[in-house]
Amino acid sequence: MLGPVLETLIGGLMTGVLYSLVALGFVLIFKASGVFNFAQGAMVLFAALSFARLSEFMPLVIAFAFSVLIMIALAYAIEFLVLRHLVNQEGIILFMATLGIAYFLEGFGQAVWGSDIYKIALGLPTDPIFILESVFPGGLLIDPAELIAAIICAVMVLVLAVFFQVTRVGRALRAVADDHQAAQSVGIPLNQIWLMVWAVSGLVALVAGMMWGAKLGVQFSLSLIALKALPVLILGGFTSIPGAIVGGLIIGAGEKLAEVLLGPVLIRTFDLAGGGIENWFAYVLALVFLLFRPQGLFGERIIERV
Amino acid sequence: MDSGAHSPGSSEGPFGRNDSTGNYGMRAPSEQDIVAGNVLLAVENVSLAFGGVKAVAGVSFDIRKGEIRAIIGPNGAGKTSMLNVINGFYHPQQGRITFKGKPRAAMRPYEAALGGIARTFQNVALFKGMTALDNIMAGRTLKMRRGFFWQLLRFGPALAEEIEQRRRVEEIIDFLKIQHIRKVQVGKLPYGLQKRVELGRALAMEPDLLLLDEPMAGMNLEEKEDMSRFILDVNAHYGTTIALIEHDMGVVMDLSDRVLVLDHGVKIADGTPAEVQADQAVIDAYLGVSH
Repeated sequence: MLGPVLETLIGGLMTGVLYSLVALGFVLIFKASGVFNFAQGAMVLFAALSFARLSEFMPLVIAFAFSVLIMIALAYAIEFLVLRHLVNQEGIILFMATLGIAYFLEGFGQAVWGSDIYKIALGLPTDPIFILESVFPGGLLIDPAELIAAIICAVMVLVLAVFFQVTRVGRALRAVADDHQAAQSVGIPLNQIWLMVWAVSGLVALVAGMMWGAKLGVQFSLSLIALKALPVLILGGFTSIPGAIVGGLIIGAGEKLAEVLLGPVLIRTFDLAGGGIENWFAYVLALVFLLFRPQGLFGERIIERV
Repeated sequence: MDSGAHSPGSSEGPFGRNDSTGNYGMRAPSEQDIVAGNVLLAVENVSLAFGGVKAVAGVSFDIRKGEIRAIIGPNGAGKTSMLNVINGFYHPQQGRITFKGKPRAAMRPYEAALGGIARTFQNVALFKGMTALDNIMAGRTLKMRRGFFWQLLRFGPALAEEIEQRRRVEEIIDFLKIQHIRKVQVGKLPYGLQKRVELGRALAMEPDLLLLDEPMAGMNLEEKEDMSRFILDVNAHYGTTIALIEHDMGVVMDLSDRVLVLDHGVKIADGTPAEVQADQAVIDAYLGVSH
């Protein structure tokens, strides 16, 4: 029994790292503008589409480089055409703007790159690895592609976490998120900060899109992965990079374990049709969290005197 | 930092050298006066409208180096709008602003900050989730020279700089007597202390021109006295030029060297506290004779 459970746990954790990466894109923009960027999922799709189509007729590395440039250009365009004009506006107005960006990007991406299902072949090894064969009969199966994706994501998450936590960029980000006007008045260039976080978020979206795209194929449903980041954010806290990491791992492992362990119990006890726990478990977990710890595991709790 | 303008020589008269025109009026700064550096900021014929509403209409005044300049007026007189124009939040449709002897194009707030203008806000605008110390450190943003990557490495020059910046910030904290709340999240502080932290953040920028929007609003008498002392000390010790908006007339008369009075976006008086107090238009505006 322990063997399969461990196997599920490992698989779940590796998926969780991918969730963390998507969630990280949200956290960066939320930290810098106090806005939930609804367009993050669309950015993942757009980035993955760009990479998939470009890689059809050029080497992977060059396709990646071009995709990075495309995402930076996109950040520029968003900052220049939209955000710049919304300085000092309410959060809900910025949110609506990201909603508009999301639908535009989804349509635009498909108009430019096509709307079929595209494959991303990263050339990762596919032969399953078995570990701990001496401990468990048959050993534990690990998908090497998932393992490599998880390692890449983990490295990326760590680098970004350090960059934004340790440097004074972190302080500037928090300042901007707390109060646009005040941040500007002490000389923090709001537009440059926004440009930077959107570009980095674009980069994160690209890596996330490549990993998920390699796993599931690049298709419209990729943009829905962003919705999985929501419970991750609620769990970890919208402003916390470590929160996004831990939240992603908990959700990833939790939903897989729930499927395997809780599923059969529910089916037996209540005589249900069963299945699909993976799809809603994360949201229920998030709801429970909202009730008891609305700021998330690592979120800042701001007590304000009025 | 001084953008070419030299400080006024002691041998010169109070209003600078005389030249052919010879008209250095008390109220109207001449071109030479501005260039000589006696005038830090000159506002000429500035108008600002929101849609059809005129917030500021053809206002001219100047702020001289080293003075405490008060801007007063009834509610809706356009005082805060004026500050917002000076620090780049608003761009006037008309008029000219000369800062440190240079006519200034429409600039963004962070460019104003770069040029040496710091400010506080009417309704305290602190970074509420951060500690008092971090808030004041944020004021040093522009003083940090080492790049992000140096900061990341946290050794060598970057570390030395961080320590140096921190030392300056601690000086300000001592000066404002807020040692006991250094590590407290500012959102939790009482209003009076928040105002003090906000002043600290502005001071951390080591500004040439400090704009204070109602620094004493909502304070009790003791807090007002403390704040007045801080303002006078900043002016005296650091030689910082200060422009402040304030409603408490007693405070204004005590603190300021010169007072500008606005009403409905128009300048109605400009002069020493005594002159302004005796001005009939000012009395009318405050007592509401025109209604």
